[in-house]
Amino acid sequence: MKIIVSVKQVPDTSGKVAVNPDGTLDRASMQTITNPDDLNAVEAALKLKDETGCKVVVVTMGPPPAAGMLREIMARGADEGVLVSAREFGGSDTYATSQILAAAISRIGVEKDDIVMCGRQAIDGDTAQVGPQIAEKLHLPQVTYAADIQKTGDTITVKRMLEDGYMTIKVKTPCLLTCIKELNTPRYMSVGGIFEAYGKPLATFDYETLKNDPLIDPTTIGLKGSPTNILTSFTPPQKGAGMMLEGADKASCEKLAGILTAKHII
Amino acid sequence: MSFNNTDIAAFKDVWVFCEQRQGKLMPTDFELISEGRKLADELGVDLCGLLLGDKVEGLAKELGGYGADKVYVCDSPMLKNYTTGGYTTAICQVIEELKPEVMLFGATNIGRDLGPRCAARLHTGLCADCTHLDVDMPIYKDFLREASTLAPEKIDGLNTAVVLGEKHDVSRDLKMTRPAFGGHLMASIICPRFRPAMATVRPGVMKKNPFDQAKADACEIVKPAFTVTEDDVQTEVVEVVKAAKKLVDLIGADFIVSVGRGISKDVAGGIKLAEELAAELGGVVGGSRATIDSGWLSADHQVGQTGKTVHPKVYVALGISGAIQHKAGMQDSECIIAVNKNDTAPIFEIADYGICGDLFKVTPMLTEAIRAAKAAK
Amino acid sequence: MDFHLSNEQLMLRKMYREFAETEVKPLAEEIDEEERFPMETVEKMAKLGMMGIYFPKEYGGAGGDVLSYAMCVEELAKVCGTTAVVVSAHTSLCCAPIFEHGTEEQKRKYLPDLLSGKKIGAFGLTEPGAGTDASGQQTIAVLEGDHYVLNGTKCFITNGNVADTFVVFAMTDKKAGNHGITAFIVEKDFPGFSQGKHEKKMGIHGSSTCDLIFEDCVVPKENLLGKEGKGFKVAMQTLDGGRIGIAAQALGLAEGAIDEAVKYTKERVQFGKRLSQFQNTQFQLADMHCRTQAAQHLVYAAAMGKQNHENYSEASAMAKLFAAETASDVTRRAVQLFGGYGYTREYPVERMMRDAKITEIYEGTSEAQRMVIAKHMGVK
Repeated sequence: MKIIVSVKQVPDTSGKVAVNPDGTLDRASMQTITNPDDLNAVEAALKLKDETGCKVVVVTMGPPPAAGMLREIMARGADEGVLVSAREFGGSDTYATSQILAAAISRIGVEKDDIVMCGRQAIDGDTAQVGPQIAEKLHLPQVTYAADIQKTGDTITVKRMLEDGYMTIKVKTPCLLTCIKELNTPRYMSVGGIFEAYGKPLATFDYETLKNDPLIDPTTIGLKGSPTNILTSFTPPQKGAGMMLEGADKASCEKLAGILTAKHII
Repeated sequence: MSFNNTDIAAFKDVWVFCEQRQGKLMPTDFELISEGRKLADELGVDLCGLLLGDKVEGLAKELGGYGADKVYVCDSPMLKNYTTGGYTTAICQVIEELKPEVMLFGATNIGRDLGPRCAARLHTGLCADCTHLDVDMPIYKDFLREASTLAPEKIDGLNTAVVLGEKHDVSRDLKMTRPAFGGHLMASIICPRFRPAMATVRPGVMKKNPFDQAKADACEIVKPAFTVTEDDVQTEVVEVVKAAKKLVDLIGADFIVSVGRGISKDVAGGIKLAEELAAELGGVVGGSRATIDSGWLSADHQVGQTGKTVHPKVYVALGISGAIQHKAGMQDSECIIAVNKNDTAPIFEIADYGICGDLFKVTPMLTEAIRAAKAAK
Repeated sequence: MDFHLSNEQLMLRKMYREFAETEVKPLAEEIDEEERFPMETVEKMAKLGMMGIYFPKEYGGAGGDVLSYAMCVEELAKVCGTTAVVVSAHTSLCCAPIFEHGTEEQKRKYLPDLLSGKKIGAFGLTEPGAGTDASGQQTIAVLEGDHYVLNGTKCFITNGNVADTFVVFAMTDKKAGNHGITAFIVEKDFPGFSQGKHEKKMGIHGSSTCDLIFEDCVVPKENLLGKEGKGFKVAMQTLDGGRIGIAAQALGLAEGAIDEAVKYTKERVQFGKRLSQFQNTQFQLADMHCRTQAAQHLVYAAAMGKQNHENYSEASAMAKLFAAETASDVTRRAVQLFGGYGYTREYPVERMMRDAKITEIYEGTSEAQRMVIAKHMGVK
């Protein structure tokens, strides 16, 4: 049994985000982090590893520096890393990305008792598409929004969150699960894990590695293989500043209540 | 008959996936039907609902009341509970047969499970979590003039996109606009080469039309052919549990009092003050991401990029600095009131009214002042 | 000087920082107020291998190096001086002497539990009458058949009330002076051993400090650490290493105070300007940063000296002296930059200032460090 976890390196949008004059994101000025939901997927995999001793393989698509993130996840306890990186893969939208990751995962190999895990969504795009689309391309059943995962034999019972409650879903391996932050608290890297991380296997899959997969075709990957195009991107206008009330006192509060009443807001 | 998703001309009509849970339509359905109506009119085509479930035909007419010309109903015991496999199979079969050009899903936990899977099976593009949809170019350009910082010349000249190295006229494409990078950027996405163009639409963003009984009565119900078997379903739904605790309805609230990191020195006390103010206003309590991540409030309270998008009449931000992700979820509120100790907090840049001070001191005074003002009326 | 930090060390720093920010910082104020030992944090650190960083895996350590350990103490001290000294005293003053001077059996018996953090370690050298002058030991150990009987009292013992394993010094030959001192490994359950009450201190409130009391305490002969009469050397070598930990703690305190001061002075407005816009603030912070950077160089150099088995005694004395005095100076200046708010417990700098002072005193006062340095200079 093994678990393949798909992760993404993203800009840390929780800090200061700089936008270039042309409206694109100034990525150079931003820190990169492992996508938070993906760390919940990693933790879920490592928990199953703790219980069953299974292998955990972590895979990402991105530029070569993303290998550093894979090492960090190996320092948390993952056994192997796979970096999917090639110029041909650049410009992929979520559809094409899923196609490539599906090919990479299929090369790693999804066997009868394996599980593929993803985070629910990445904080840069917030699309939540890649998980389900990998599942479709690999013909795997999927359960998204997993808030609890229990494995008994080849059956996995998932608490799948809805906005107004949850569903309990049973699914057989192999399958794909997407994980949310309620699922667990990701563990830290450990000191021992860090000293082991650089000795663990890290493979790079480039175009050559994957080109024979039927999913990899010039018409289905990269910019050309992306069904969607960006028509335009822009920054929203800042709303103008309003009125600062003088003093944090009773008079200010009364004045504010008065304005709200006068405007029939309350 | 083979399905050729690049034969653009063969596709017509706007479809909305109408989600039902336990035989009840979701509020998002009416928002999407209303928005879909607008798009169908711009395209000059019919607006159709797509309703899946077991014995759900009775729900269909109501969708007509918000603008659906037609509702396709797929009724089967196999579709009683939502399953990715069962629903994807049925929807893709019906789409391949009837060829809509636009397919909308609500960006609910179910829509965001189903939409991408259908798009992948049909090999078409999907734009997730849209906050604005357009077809008509003049209307789209008006939207950009209002909602973007793009130069007017740039907006005026925006008629084509380069697709596979060639100029493509976008006038009949669905322009799907969505935030990215935590709301720092907006992008308009098109799906020029494949049909249907698919989108999931953020709940609470689109405005619902008034209900029209005559339209509901006129709504046509069609039951298309489809086959779903056990093998398609792949998963077993053991139970569906409604949350015992009533979740906060931020989206429907007219008044929201939200708290942020500023309550850290007395979390319980800060929340209590917010609740008191919310009660006085007749509203609910929300929170910034920090308050949810710290476990001070449950996730259903979260306002912002990763939480809910709200536009209440009044949004009170207590001890919220106004990180851009938070602003993304509340800046369209009609009136924003901010209380923060730090006079340079970014929240003041978008607040209509700001008070620089300690929320623990200001909030009770504000609650009292509003109580007095209401009593005086 | 470029320390050529390895990929592992850079990753460790990131991990320590994440851990400190998330797990340690939120507790710092509380454990200071309540004078409470942060046992829950020790349990978490134990799981992550932080209680045995630079010891080999065969004894249950994390297989790291001394600089990686110093960086850990530094990052912890940035947000909590108490938590930093728990790790430092445990590692440098108990694990290290057992690893460096213990027999194979002793290492196999004691190190796995200590390095995995299942047990906490402490060090008993100081006595009411033997502070900087450690040779004035009054605790007596008498060999009686297969065991020693210890009598006496140790004081100001860091981790004293929480530790399970102690490296303790006693006189086996009163007439021989330094050559009469012997080191022992004492378990808290040994008959005749007890711990005194929690000492109330100016700073590092969460750190457990107490007396160790030996009343006919029975210590098996096999718990002799090193050779009889060689204890003074064990103590001095242990303190050479311990000074790296304390120097790193001082360094972290200074860095933490600078972080807080930079943040605060950018926010606080007086006379219509942010404090950070005043030249006095800029000069103060520049000096503080400069001194702290210099301290970091000395601390890292000492850690690498120990790692490379060089004679690092002088390097560690200089690191501790300079880092400790820097910590006191920088934290005091940070409080001044904060003004009245800095003096209140609403902001962490007053705690940092209280915590910093001890680094000039324990594991050898600044004066003792100067003695060591002068001796190495040949100034007699």
